[in-house]
Amino acid sequence: MNNLLEAHLVSKNFGDFTALNKVSILVPKGSIFGLLGPNGAGKTTLIRIINQITMPDEGQVILDGESLKPHHIRDIGYLPEERGLYKSMKVGDQAMYLARLKGLSKAEAKSRLKYWFERLEIGDWWDKKIQELSKGMAQKIQFVVTVLHEPKLLIFDEPFSGFDPINANLIKDEILRLRENGATVIFSTHRMESVEELCDQIALIHESNKILDGKLTDIKKQFKTNTFEVGIRTSDKIILEQDLSQKFNVSPASFKSLGDELMLNVKLSETDVPNDLLSYLTSKGEVSHFVELIPSANDIFIQSVKNN
Amino acid sequence: MNHLSLIIEREYLTKVKNKSFIVMTILSPIIMIALIAIVAYLSQINNNKERTISILDESGILKSSFTDTKSIKYRIIENSSLEDAKKLVEENEEYGLLHIENFKDINQVGEHIKFYSEDSPSLTLMSDLESKLEKQLTDLKLEFEGVDIEKIKASRMRVNIAQESFIGERTSKIDSVVKLIFGGLAGYLLFMFIIIYGNMIMRSVIEEKTSRIIEIIISSVKPIQLMLGKIIGTSLAGITQFVIWIILGGILMTLVSFVFGIDFAQSQSGQQEIINQAMQNPDVNMEIQNVMNAFYNLPITNLIIAFILFFIGGYLLYSSLYAAIGAAVDNETDTQQFLLPILMPLILAVYIGIFTVIEDPHGTVSTVFSFIPLTSPVVMLMRIPFGVPIWQQVLSLSLLVATFIFTVWFAAKIYRVGILMYGKKPTYRELLKWIKY
Repeated sequence: MNNLLEAHLVSKNFGDFTALNKVSILVPKGSIFGLLGPNGAGKTTLIRIINQITMPDEGQVILDGESLKPHHIRDIGYLPEERGLYKSMKVGDQAMYLARLKGLSKAEAKSRLKYWFERLEIGDWWDKKIQELSKGMAQKIQFVVTVLHEPKLLIFDEPFSGFDPINANLIKDEILRLRENGATVIFSTHRMESVEELCDQIALIHESNKILDGKLTDIKKQFKTNTFEVGIRTSDKIILEQDLSQKFNVSPASFKSLGDELMLNVKLSETDVPNDLLSYLTSKGEVSHFVELIPSANDIFIQSVKNN
Repeated sequence: MNHLSLIIEREYLTKVKNKSFIVMTILSPIIMIALIAIVAYLSQINNNKERTISILDESGILKSSFTDTKSIKYRIIENSSLEDAKKLVEENEEYGLLHIENFKDINQVGEHIKFYSEDSPSLTLMSDLESKLEKQLTDLKLEFEGVDIEKIKASRMRVNIAQESFIGERTSKIDSVVKLIFGGLAGYLLFMFIIIYGNMIMRSVIEEKTSRIIEIIISSVKPIQLMLGKIIGTSLAGITQFVIWIILGGILMTLVSFVFGIDFAQSQSGQQEIINQAMQNPDVNMEIQNVMNAFYNLPITNLIIAFILFFIGGYLLYSSLYAAIGAAVDNETDTQQFLLPILMPLILAVYIGIFTVIEDPHGTVSTVFSFIPLTSPVVMLMRIPFGVPIWQQVLSLSLLVATFIFTVWFAAKIYRVGILMYGKKPTYRELLKWIKY
C-alpha cells in the first residue's frame, strides 16, 4: 500500500449547493500533499470529510487500506483554519483535555506535553490562561495539540497564518521533522511559496472539482513552455534580436544584470533543442544568462483557475 | 463513553471554578436572606408601632364594642363637637377619628359612620372596624327586635366536611393546599432550573463557537457526545449550586434568626395573631392535625420518583433545544427569535399549573397538557400530588422520553451543522434544511 489516504469520487451537497463534485485524491505515504484552491473551492469540506466531521453523500475515503471508521480519529491530527482555544481555561489544563480527547492517557498526555512545551520553549505558559497569550502563542499550543498523539496523518489548514516569520520557520521545520519521522502531511494553503518549499504532491480544487493533481515536479514539467531567459553581450543588439525573432518566438525580458546586455525570453518549439540555441548564442556574443523558465506554483495555480 | 465522561468533567469543572459562578453561588442566598430579614424586620417595626384611634360616639351605643389590642389603642371622646374632636386628633397626631352620629333608627346609625384621617387608612384596619361595628349593630338590632342573642349564639352550628376517597384515604381542604404547595414548588423549581441552566448551556455552546475551538474538538469527538456532555456537565454544576444554595440558605436563616432575633414567621404578623388566638380553639388544633395528615397522605414515594423522572426528562428536553439554539447562532443577541418558541410552552405550562390545576386537577385542560411533552413535566408535577393514576404518569413519561429522543436527534443535527456555520443568522427554513445535510 503506497497511499496512506485515498479519496474516491467524493461528492457532497449542501442543499442545492455542490461543495464537492466527484473529487478523488491519492496521498502517498510519507509525502507532503498540498491541497490547493481558491476560497470556497471545497478544500475545507474535503478535509472535514476526511476528519469525519461531515459525511460524504457519495464516494469513499480509505485510510491506510481501510474505509474510514470512527477509530481513525486517533490516527489523524487536524489543525483547522478556524481555530481557537477556550479563552478562560489554563493552557496546561486545556492541552491535557484535548490530548485526552484524542485517546491519550493522563500520564502519557502529561509527559508528551512537557516534552513539546520544552521543545518549543513555551514551558512557562502552563498555568497561564489563553486570554493572556498573543495569537501566535496560542497557535503554537494548537500546533502541539495537533501533533501530540503522533498521528499517521497530519492535516494543516493554513498553518502559518498568524505566525511571525521566525515562528513560521520553526513550525515549518517541525512539519518537515514530523515527516521524516514517518508522518504523512496534508497541507491546505493559499501561500504558494510554502507550497513550493514543502509539497511533493499537489491537488488543485476549483469550484468543487479537482482540476489538477500529481507530483509537483511532474506538473511543472507539464506546465513548462520551453521558454528560456537569455542575456547576451553583443555589439549589435538590434540585428541579433531580429535574427532570433525570425527563428523563435521572442519577447523582452527583465532580470537583474549589470545592465548592458540584450535581455530576451526565447520560446522554443517542441522540436527545438536548447543546446542549439545556446551554441547559436555563443557564436554571436558573450552569454551572461541562460535559464529555463520553470513555472512557479503560483503561475500554475492562477493559470489553471483562469482556464477553468 | 470515555470521551463523554471527559467532556462532562471539563464542563463541570470549568463551570464550578468560574469566578462569577462561585460568587453567584455564595452571594445569592446571602442576598435572599438579607432581603427576607429586612422585610421581616421592617414589618416587625411596623407592627410594633402603636396606633391610637379616637372615637366620637354621639349615639352612645357603639363605644363598648372597642377593646384595645397590642397595636391599636382606642380613645373615647366624650361631649365634644366634631370640629373640636378633629382638631384634638390632629394635635395629638393620632391615626384617625371615628365619628358615629346619633339617630333613633339603628339602621341609620349604621349608614352614617365616618372615619377621618390624615392619610387614607389601611384596608385591613377599615375592614376590622367595619366588622366590629357590624357585629355590635347586628346584636343591638336583634335585641331591639326582641330576639335572644344568647340563644342564637348557642344555636350556631359548625360544619367541617370530612373527605374520604373511595379507597379510604382521608383528605381535607387543607390537603388541597398542601398538595398545591408541593406541586407548585416542584413545577416552579423545574421552570427555574430550565431557564437558568438552559441558558448556561446555550452560552457555553456559543462560547465554543466564538472562540473557534469547536472544530478542534469536533475532530476528536462526535457532536452528539459533545452536546450531551455539555448538558450533563452543566446540569451537575447546576445541581451543585442548588444544593449549596439550600444548605447555605438554611444555615444563614438559622444564624440570622439567632443573632438578630428576627422571627421569620413573624413577617406575616397579621396571620400570626389570628393563629395565636386560634391556637386556644380546639377546632384549629384539628386543622393542624389535618395539615400533618395531609403530609402523610401525599403519595410521597410516587411524588419523589415522578419528580426525579419528570424533572430529568423535562430538563433534558429543554436543554437540548437550548443547545441547538446555541449552535444555530453566533452570538447571544441573535438567540431571541429562537428562544421565544421555547419559552412560550414553558410559561404556558406554569400558567396552566397555577390556574387550571388548582381549580380542577383532573379536568380536561389539566389532563391534556400533562400529556403534551413540552408542558407535561411542569403540569404533571403539579398534578401528581392530587393523585394521578399510574398509567397516566407512565404514558406521559413515555411520550416525554420519546420526544426527548427526537429532540436530541433533531438538536444534534442542527448542532452538527450549526457549530461550523459562522457569520450569518439562520432562518427557520435554513434550520430545517440543515437537518437534511
